[in-house]
Amino acid sequence: MTGAPPPGGSALDLARSVRDGSTSAAEVVERHLSAIDAVDGELHAFVTVLHDGARAEAAAVDRAVAAGEDPGPLAGVPVAVKDNLCTRGVPTTCSSRILEGWCPPYDATVVERLRAAGAVVIGKTNLDEFAMGSSTENSAFGPTRNPHDPSRVPGGSSGGSAAAVAAGLAPLALGSDTGGSIRQPAALCGVVGMKPTYGAVSRYGLVAFASSLDQVGPLTTTVADSALLFDVIGGQDRRDSTCLERPSPRCTAALSEGVQGLRVGVLTELVEGADDAVAAAVRQAADALVAGGAGLEECSIPELRHGLSAYYLLAPAEASSNLARYDGVRYGLRVEADTVEEMNARTRAAGFGPEVKRRIMLGTYALSAGYYDAYYGQAQKVRTLILNAFDRAYQRFDVLLGATSPTTAFALGARVDDPWAMYMSDVCTVPSNLAGHPAMSLPFGTDGAGLPVGVQVLAPALGEPVMFRAAAVLEDAAPARTLPRVRAT
Amino acid sequence: MAAEPRLTRDDAAYVARLARIDLTDEELDRYAGQLATVLGHAADIAALDTEGVEPTAHPLPLRNVTRPDEPQPSLDRAEVLAQAPAVEDSRFRVPRILAEAP
Amino acid sequence: MSASAGAGGWEPVIGLEVHCELRTATKLFCGCRNAFGDEPNTNICPVCLGLPGSLPVLNVRAVEYAMRIGLALHCEIRPSLFHRKNYFYPDMPKDYQVSQYDAPINVSGWLELPDGSRVSIERAHMEEDTGKTTHVGGGGRIRDAEHALVDYNRAGVPLVEIVSAPDIRSSAQARLYASELRGILIATGASDGRMEEGSMRVDANVSVRPAGTYEFGTRCEIKNLNSLRSLGRAIEYEIGRQVALLESGQAVAQQTRHFDEDAGETVALRSKEEAFDYRYFPEPDLVPVAPDAGWQAEVAASLGPMPADRRQKLAGLFGTGPTTPARDDQIATVVELGLDALMLAAVESGVDVGLALARTANEAAADPDRARQLEPTNYVALLRMEAEGKISATHTKTLLADMFDGGGDPAELARRRGFEALDDSSLAAVVADVVAANPDEWARYRDGDDKLTGFFTGQVMKVTSGRANGKAVAQELRRLRG
Repeated sequence: MTGAPPPGGSALDLARSVRDGSTSAAEVVERHLSAIDAVDGELHAFVTVLHDGARAEAAAVDRAVAAGEDPGPLAGVPVAVKDNLCTRGVPTTCSSRILEGWCPPYDATVVERLRAAGAVVIGKTNLDEFAMGSSTENSAFGPTRNPHDPSRVPGGSSGGSAAAVAAGLAPLALGSDTGGSIRQPAALCGVVGMKPTYGAVSRYGLVAFASSLDQVGPLTTTVADSALLFDVIGGQDRRDSTCLERPSPRCTAALSEGVQGLRVGVLTELVEGADDAVAAAVRQAADALVAGGAGLEECSIPELRHGLSAYYLLAPAEASSNLARYDGVRYGLRVEADTVEEMNARTRAAGFGPEVKRRIMLGTYALSAGYYDAYYGQAQKVRTLILNAFDRAYQRFDVLLGATSPTTAFALGARVDDPWAMYMSDVCTVPSNLAGHPAMSLPFGTDGAGLPVGVQVLAPALGEPVMFRAAAVLEDAAPARTLPRVRAT
Repeated sequence: MAAEPRLTRDDAAYVARLARIDLTDEELDRYAGQLATVLGHAADIAALDTEGVEPTAHPLPLRNVTRPDEPQPSLDRAEVLAQAPAVEDSRFRVPRILAEAP
Repeated sequence: MSASAGAGGWEPVIGLEVHCELRTATKLFCGCRNAFGDEPNTNICPVCLGLPGSLPVLNVRAVEYAMRIGLALHCEIRPSLFHRKNYFYPDMPKDYQVSQYDAPINVSGWLELPDGSRVSIERAHMEEDTGKTTHVGGGGRIRDAEHALVDYNRAGVPLVEIVSAPDIRSSAQARLYASELRGILIATGASDGRMEEGSMRVDANVSVRPAGTYEFGTRCEIKNLNSLRSLGRAIEYEIGRQVALLESGQAVAQQTRHFDEDAGETVALRSKEEAFDYRYFPEPDLVPVAPDAGWQAEVAASLGPMPADRRQKLAGLFGTGPTTPARDDQIATVVELGLDALMLAAVESGVDVGLALARTANEAAADPDRARQLEPTNYVALLRMEAEGKISATHTKTLLADMFDGGGDPAELARRRGFEALDDSSLAAVVADVVAANPDEWARYRDGDDKLTGFFTGQVMKVTSGRANGKAVAQELRRLRG
């Protein structure tokens, strides 16, 4: 692997040394807590840091190792968890005032699986409120800053998770991806971010934004760590009706298979409109795959041009329904009033930020009588067109390649006043969500200002193994990574 | 790009009522404008020919996912009520309700 | 279709929507217990409370019960989807209800009523129930309440909503429909039909039109009627109210109304003029439900006889001759109370059909819960004793009451009470004494006044403390007369 070793070590390395006793989980967690304390004041990647909880979990791992028990494949590895994933007894805010202080009485399935694997939940990370955004500027608790350049955004909505991993505050993080919310911040922060096939990972305990698009996925410094974390959290869950019944594909084994004979398509629609540095990175990545023995061709899927429009009707529509439950009755913020109707309306006005309100309004409108067919109904059909077009493409290709984000990290405040400009950040990522396909972003060089550039590998449904094969080769071939300006030392 | 649909303040107010969010007049005007812009951008799909195309409600071909009719433990009532904004007689208390359920 | 013109040439047009709670052990989408009357908020979990991050998983037995109901109503079972019905109300944990919209599981059925009329069933679909709201202050009603309290035990309980076509033409027919439907729901095993507990709730859509016309008038919906009596009264009142409006030249406003039990009137609810926009869209957290032919066949095969089948079986015992309304009523009572097994047992062991029906529909029906617990052999033995003249009808009724209290062998109970019938010679002696003691009456009877049979029977009963068999007395009198 080229480039600087991940700050703090990869998760694989850490777990190995904890399992063989050469390091203690307590020492690992202490190191990371110190890094967070030193650096997160500037970055604001975390909403809640779990000093006591993490220490207790680490101690339990050390006891297991001492007793000769198997502490799990992620033994002692600190994981940062996006604050829209439920953690029992620990505040889960979704970076919203409406859930400020709310502690779920249960753990998300993915959190249960992390703990069962011996991981240590070190904190809850900042996000765009209810996962709606591409810059983490929509957080009710203040934005997260990009560790490479703190005057810039880390991307969103999983900006806190991406920044935490990039800065070495945790080797692993969980994020969620509805329209690119793992991949785009991964690209902007120079880390590996992966969105699984829809249904490959349980959504039970993920606070819903757009139910037919949401997926939980890993943010890591290495491809191997991404495969490992995906293998840990994925698979059937009887508490999620949309979770696939088959065990999710095992990816760690696929990493060393190489790309000999693989058919790679460079996706035109995911490169047009990208900045020069980004487009150049995609071409370089394509060359790397060819050098590894893959076949390469241009691939055009014109239907993808409608992806953003379809997404910005479907996602807000589902969100408007998913967020109705925040009404001040059972938990969270309540603004008192004389009638329950007024109480609901004032609570939601006070509790939601402007982007969330905008999307609820948009989604409500798209579903309303008289507009359903033209907006929501039509968007669902466009979804079918995109799915079918992808299926045709995957008859000719095994994986597709493109940019993750058309630009590198933009300045804080640069897009907040222009919603559509902000939405354009997602143009390369939404198609995979609409299709339910897996996709991942790898760091691949920097732009002229030294900001990370990400390239995106796309695969068909349940195509994680072939996706990881390509990703592993790209990781090896990638230009040296730059260390972020703000990082653990 | 197709022409932006016109959304009046009243249109926005109706949507805000459906969505149960109290908005000021200034916010209503702002959202009306922003919604119109987004819908204008999204209008490119309105023009697409989707004759005979089935909508995709789920990207998965799953059917008949069920669970057996067996009791599972419920939550501890005290733990749940402890997080409620207002409680009376072990029930969630709300201000008086103006209208019957629709 | 039952013909009826309402008051003064107006035809009532009625459709009923019946919400039926299913008798599953757990809720529709989670494993919380489905139980009535538990301490508030003790049967709740992240799913039925709608906590952030929770997801629904469908109860397979609810699907089975929905199919049983559909099949019993002659519906077609179709692949179906769940939809979200979006609206705000405190008893709705998610502020949307998961229901079925344009792809319901059961469509196009029908229900035949005991009077021979048929009502079409448009659909019977699955949905989740809401929590329960209690209004505090102002007499417990929403209008004058100070605040409200919510219990989510009921939230998520599985419901099947059965929607009839507007084929009903009178309040009587509506009651008959609701009653017959209730019997069917109980017979499928899907519901306990306890309207007083809210496990079956009826909404009535009522409009009127000039008799002989086909266009529908404006309809009003009367919500949440929880007894057959209220259903009948509410519809009667509403028909009258609409007719009065129209006859005075006013229009009927489309409204949702509520029945005030005390005043006996329907009252308009505070609601908006515009039709509510529920913004239905397919529920993304659930996948389609498409029971295959094998499952449907399994369910169909396991369905027992419906009330109509059971009534037909009892009616068939009387042969093919014409029936009477009284007999039909009695048969309906026997079936509705679940006493047909008792009656059939009696008939099978030789008891006269008419006697078996009379005793079951009148005496046994007086305490149906206890009657259902009787040992059939004992019930049959009792009726046989009466049929064979060993005891009188009066004694039968007394002994049945004894059997309700502690059960037991009727012959033994009869001995204990000293109810054994007189033997023939003792009876003849008593009749002779009574005849001798009443010469004037005997003269009139001898001359042909048969009405005096009753007088003499009464006298015999007095002397024998009711142990005589009435028929035997009449027979003896006739013998004496020659």
